[in-house]
Amino acid sequence: MRHIVMRRFGNTFAQGVMYAFTVLALIPLGLVLWFTASNGLPAVSHLEFFLNSQRPTGIPGGGVANAIAGTAIIVGIASLAAIPVGVLSGIYLAEYGAGRWASWVRLASDVLVGAPSIALGLFAYALVVVPQHHFSGISASVALAILMLPVVVRTTEGAVGLIPNGLRESGLALGLPRWRVSLQLILPAAAPGVITGALLAVARAAGETAPVLFTAFGNQFLTLDPNRFMSTLPLVVFRDALTPYKDLQQEAWGAALVLVVMVLVINLGSRWVLRRQIRLARQL
Amino acid sequence: MPGSAGTKLEVGSLSFFYGKTRALKDVTFDIPERRITAIIGPSGCGKTTLLRVFNRMYDLVPGARAQGTVMFDGTDIVTTTKLLDLRQKVGMVFQRPSPFPMSIRDNVAFGPRLLGWSKTRIDDVVRRSLEAAALWDEVSDRLDAPGTSLSGGQQQRLVIARCLAVSPEVILMDEPCSALDPVATLKIEDLMVELARDYTIVIVTHNMQQAARVSDFTAFMLMNPEGRHGELIEFAPTADLFNAPRDPRTEAYITGRFG
Repeated sequence: MRHIVMRRFGNTFAQGVMYAFTVLALIPLGLVLWFTASNGLPAVSHLEFFLNSQRPTGIPGGGVANAIAGTAIIVGIASLAAIPVGVLSGIYLAEYGAGRWASWVRLASDVLVGAPSIALGLFAYALVVVPQHHFSGISASVALAILMLPVVVRTTEGAVGLIPNGLRESGLALGLPRWRVSLQLILPAAAPGVITGALLAVARAAGETAPVLFTAFGNQFLTLDPNRFMSTLPLVVFRDALTPYKDLQQEAWGAALVLVVMVLVINLGSRWVLRRQIRLARQL
Repeated sequence: MPGSAGTKLEVGSLSFFYGKTRALKDVTFDIPERRITAIIGPSGCGKTTLLRVFNRMYDLVPGARAQGTVMFDGTDIVTTTKLLDLRQKVGMVFQRPSPFPMSIRDNVAFGPRLLGWSKTRIDDVVRRSLEAAALWDEVSDRLDAPGTSLSGGQQQRLVIARCLAVSPEVILMDEPCSALDPVATLKIEDLMVELARDYTIVIVTHNMQQAARVSDFTAFMLMNPEGRHGELIEFAPTADLFNAPRDPRTEAYITGRFG
């Protein structure tokens, strides 16, 4: 009898501890969201924040339109480069990747996932900025594309691997060449998973500071030309937060809030897409 | 009926290897045209392996290789390099229904579109294939619904329609009913009998009653206990094989004494 009481107590105690630590783990996330939201909301609540570019301290009506446009263009170009290449490599790895070559590709992309992003920035700096003799949005795109590539490759491989073999075989049994089976049957079936991977890569790239520091460099003015200096939201946060001026610090919080919301929306969106993928894969 | 048919597939001392492991040894028999031939036998006897030789599906498996001949309209399936033509002529239906992730119409039209047929011809073939697969009445009002929205039995008939759309001559079926309920199974069996007027059907089944019900000829296979490879024990018209088996091992299997 006493034995059972002890066991019950032990069980409740262990559950309680795990519960407490889970709450503890969630506290930082909650604090980050709370701090950014409460400090950023006053800045974000003016429409000019999204319409105007940055202004020097003391001049009202400043915004981060230059950084939003810069982020969109730099990440957009990076996505255009990284997503097609990453998706095709991911399909290759999942569909044909049995040999030694494929395992090298896998290893390389795993290493690249873990590579410090500032090293990728330095690489883009040496590759694009130095020969061109000036900073540019495009050099930041190069750095971010390299950052995104392995994420897209591995999530695509995972999504394609989820597709049951029956689909592959029925395609082949119909007389389809293998590349058509891969691109016309397997890829559409895996599309939600592939899209999820691409979205996660976009979210990660949009939030990166280190690789854009000495590639895009930053720009107070709105520009749509990726061949010039450009600003991104993380750069605004970095530069403004370091100034002693209240209004610029406010702007930094606002930019951070925009960034956090953006990444949050992308992440939630990709989860939703992924849930559909899993449902779909079960039906196949 | 049995006995009066020409030969569609002529299997000549066919052996099969997965790497160094022999899976089939010296299988020889003739599969008659426009008849249903069932391949039965206990698990691991190589019946699915044999079926997968007929459309070279084994090419996907690294290290798999066939020896011997399977003559099909004058070409040897084992050595042919025109795999896409072969697979168009020799269709296959798998154990689990595998509709493509697209609409019912697109599922059936997929093959014909690849062959570059005209739009009117494709619309026509979609309808005829679904009719031939006894599915048209159930789906004619929702051709644009996803193929996955159909029930298991309907999905299997959709897969058969998809296979018919590219006008095959032979249809291979690998336990096509094992994932289906009895009613759906009955429908597929009726359909098979119907299709055998125009097509040569080879079906692998675990279910002896099914083989007895639908097939005209039956091949009984067994794993050789010493060599651990599959071999053909007996091939005969279904009625003869089930009523008067020549080999004692066939008799033991069909009377349920082992397997």
